[in-house]
Amino acid sequence: MTTALEMKKLSLAFGGLKAVTDFSMALPPRGLYGLIGPNGAGKTTVFNLLTGVYVPDVGSVELVGQRIDGKKPSQIARAGMARTFQNIRLFGELSVIDNVRTAAGVRTKSGWARTLLRTPLFVAEERALDERCHELLEIMGITHRQEEQAKSLPYGDQRRLEIARALATEPKVLLLDEPVAGMNTQEKKEMRGLIQKLREQFGVAILLIEHDMGLVMDICEQITVIDHGVTIAVGSPKDIQSDAAVIEAYLGVPDERDTPQPKGSA
Amino acid sequence: MKGLQERVAALRPALAPAVGKSLLPFAVAVLLAFVMDKIIGPGVGATWSKILLDVGIAILLAGSLNVINGYAGQFSIGHAGFMLVGGYAAAWLTFYGSVHWFGTKEPVGGFLGNGQLLFLAGCMLAGVIASVFGLVVGLPTLRLRGDYLAIVTLGFGEIVRVLGQITARQPKNVAAIKERTMWDLANNLGGAEGFSQVPGYTTLFFVYLFAFVLLVLVYRLKYSSQGRALLAVRENEIAAEAMGVDTTRVKVVAFVFGAFFAGIGGSLYAHQVGALDPKELGFMKSIDLVIIVVIGGMGSITGVVLGAAILVILPEVFRQFADYRMIAYALALILVMILRPQGIMGVKELWETSLWRRLVAKVKR
Amino acid sequence: MSGSDLLQTTINFLAVGGLYALIALGYTLVYGILRFINFAHSDIVSWGAWIALTVASAAGWLASGRAGMAPAFALPCVLLVTMAVCAAMGVTIERLAYRPLRKAPRLNVLITAIGVSLFLQNVGLLNKVFGNRPSTISALLQNDVLATVGGVQLRLFDLLTIVLTLVLVVVLERIVYGTRMGRAMRAVSFDERVASLMGVNVNVVVSVTFALGSALAAAGGILFALRNDLRMTADASWVLLGLKAFVAAVVGGIGNVRGAAAGALLIAFVEVFVHRYVNAAFPDKPWVGQLQDIYVFGILILVLLFKPSGLLGKAVREKV
Repeated sequence: MTTALEMKKLSLAFGGLKAVTDFSMALPPRGLYGLIGPNGAGKTTVFNLLTGVYVPDVGSVELVGQRIDGKKPSQIARAGMARTFQNIRLFGELSVIDNVRTAAGVRTKSGWARTLLRTPLFVAEERALDERCHELLEIMGITHRQEEQAKSLPYGDQRRLEIARALATEPKVLLLDEPVAGMNTQEKKEMRGLIQKLREQFGVAILLIEHDMGLVMDICEQITVIDHGVTIAVGSPKDIQSDAAVIEAYLGVPDERDTPQPKGSA
Repeated sequence: MKGLQERVAALRPALAPAVGKSLLPFAVAVLLAFVMDKIIGPGVGATWSKILLDVGIAILLAGSLNVINGYAGQFSIGHAGFMLVGGYAAAWLTFYGSVHWFGTKEPVGGFLGNGQLLFLAGCMLAGVIASVFGLVVGLPTLRLRGDYLAIVTLGFGEIVRVLGQITARQPKNVAAIKERTMWDLANNLGGAEGFSQVPGYTTLFFVYLFAFVLLVLVYRLKYSSQGRALLAVRENEIAAEAMGVDTTRVKVVAFVFGAFFAGIGGSLYAHQVGALDPKELGFMKSIDLVIIVVIGGMGSITGVVLGAAILVILPEVFRQFADYRMIAYALALILVMILRPQGIMGVKELWETSLWRRLVAKVKR
Repeated sequence: MSGSDLLQTTINFLAVGGLYALIALGYTLVYGILRFINFAHSDIVSWGAWIALTVASAAGWLASGRAGMAPAFALPCVLLVTMAVCAAMGVTIERLAYRPLRKAPRLNVLITAIGVSLFLQNVGLLNKVFGNRPSTISALLQNDVLATVGGVQLRLFDLLTIVLTLVLVVVLERIVYGTRMGRAMRAVSFDERVASLMGVNVNVVVSVTFALGSALAAAGGILFALRNDLRMTADASWVLLGLKAFVAAVVGGIGNVRGAAAGALLIAFVEVFVHRYVNAAFPDKPWVGQLQDIYVFGILILVLLFKPSGLLGKAVREKV
């Protein structure tokens, strides 16, 4: 079975700062993998490498067997990889549905000529686009707000909108950057179910970055842990939870001062 | 879930009605332009006719700039450069062409007669030449950040002005012109004195023909995937790129489109004023257009039409305060940016505002 | 080109470079702090020249109307007073028109700057203010030939420009790199939010930046007017001057003080030397003389295409 997304020995350095070193991963079709690590570990940098925002110094990225490293982000999106952003990058002034429509546009073929002349192909594509976008909003549960400006949405809905938008590009691989950041327990529970369903409904492989360990351990099939750009552990949730290197990275090495001293010995 | 292309076949409209819908607005545009020229123009008298003419040209120019600055959110302040380039191209064709092919410098023929057809050809040439310049300027510079683009487009406007001022003198003698070929005369654009004696072919019909056609195109663009791609670039370029929009390409196409219609606007302007002075179509003219777009609402078609109307008519009404006109503009610009930066309409159209919706609801009852 | 010709052109080039540097510094300082191009800067330059005229005629120094007839202390006085007035102007403009937009998208501030520029230009045109006819302040400087060495004339004006520019640039450098305020300015230009968290009063820093930039602009304006006659505030020559100085700032690396000086020298070099050579090479084509502006913009385009951060600038990455 070909992998949906394969990263081989990706490395990127900014001057002297080694942001990502020797990163490899093979994401199977419809897989749900997690990427975790302390803050500043380089997780979003990996996403940026995958989506073409940065060009890796060394290594390769293959999407369904095709090399995509070095390509422009728009080409990579067209090839079938979509993402959400850690800091939410919606098209704020545009309406909710227009945000989704914009992304869906990558699958249309009508150029300016057909657009300005409103040819039958253009009309058909716009109708199809509309239909699909409405369905996407329904699945993500934000139909009721579709004409509102994206920036006026509550935070949780904004994250859902970002996912709907990414799905509109008909991706084979979906990269979710902290999809439940800032959500309350109820919202997180809903998202958990939603993310898992996405794989079946859209036939998409998912790689997610998250800090919410509950979510990650619960839904991810495999987890990669990185710290300072270096992979320190790879395995199933159970393996990761008991891995010493991971614990050290997150909590640090136990220090004398951490353990309570018996009274009267200082 | 079914993909987009999988659904397309089932949703194709019938051919005949689709063609009808495609062409109808253009037919209506021609008709309305005709009405403007033959009924409304004579109806309102000479002074207001001229004002309507100016408004129409402003709508064409600002509407085309709106695609670059409003939809795509780029900062082009050299639009007048395209006007100048287009104006020169058209004037070269009509002035020298008139002498070569009609034997006279005066306007020739009636409605859609030889003269007007030559003028139409001149307008088309103006658009094409201007869009070539748009491509040349846009391609390398649209990769740059907003404020840099501003400087480059400003520089472009200035360079065109300088180039215009160093062209050769314009021979005005019919015999002298006939001795030389059209190609040969391509550099004789008047130099620092400008190009004068341009035949006065601009009428309300042509102005509103192009203006209405532009409005149709700009409307269609806005409510389409290509148009949304532009708006996405304006909103968040990085996200747009991540969603498959080739931002540089999209910006360049918008730029070329805008340049095309600015060129036509330049031609209309030249054949109305009767002359083309490079100093008149410099930075100040570009800024005039930017002001219309900004105050009307960047990205709003109705906003730009409103802005064009206001900013052409108001100075006429307050003619005696001419000194203070620019100062009022300047203050208006500053205040709008501080208090209502989205302009009168923002990116919305008139029919998208809550005011309109309430009015419509009332009327329906 | 003969040796003395070369030297003469060099002196010319240094004077022009100095002029551009004074104005370019204002652009680069403001851009470094606020990340926006102050379109109205060239109008501070022109107002500087006109305010100098106003001050000088109020003091009766232009009464005779003949070049160089004012007393020797007239020019320094006018210079200082005008620089102070323009500094105040800069601070006021920032406070009224730019500060409300501190958090707004950069495009909006740019448009506001254009508004301010138009405002200054047209208010300056009013008869009550400076009027719309050219004037002159040549009375303030007796442009003597100080020395003539083998056909090369060193004029007082050129020497003055070079010296004044050097002095002001050195002073600025000392301020930016040697004082607490300078450190605060540099902190704000790196990261405004963090600087304010560290106790820097961003508003004060911005005001000081505008004051410094505007004072330098005033000096530039006065020197320009001494060289070229004083044209009305809306005249294209001021816009062009500002534009070229801005190009100099960008070419050198916008936000970078040394870059502005380097860029100014480069632009002046191209303008003076290339112009001279090209003119000499094509004596039969008079229009070649008008191409100066194009050379300058040509350089801008080249730099923006190949090294957008400028010759001495550093690329800034946006966090995705």
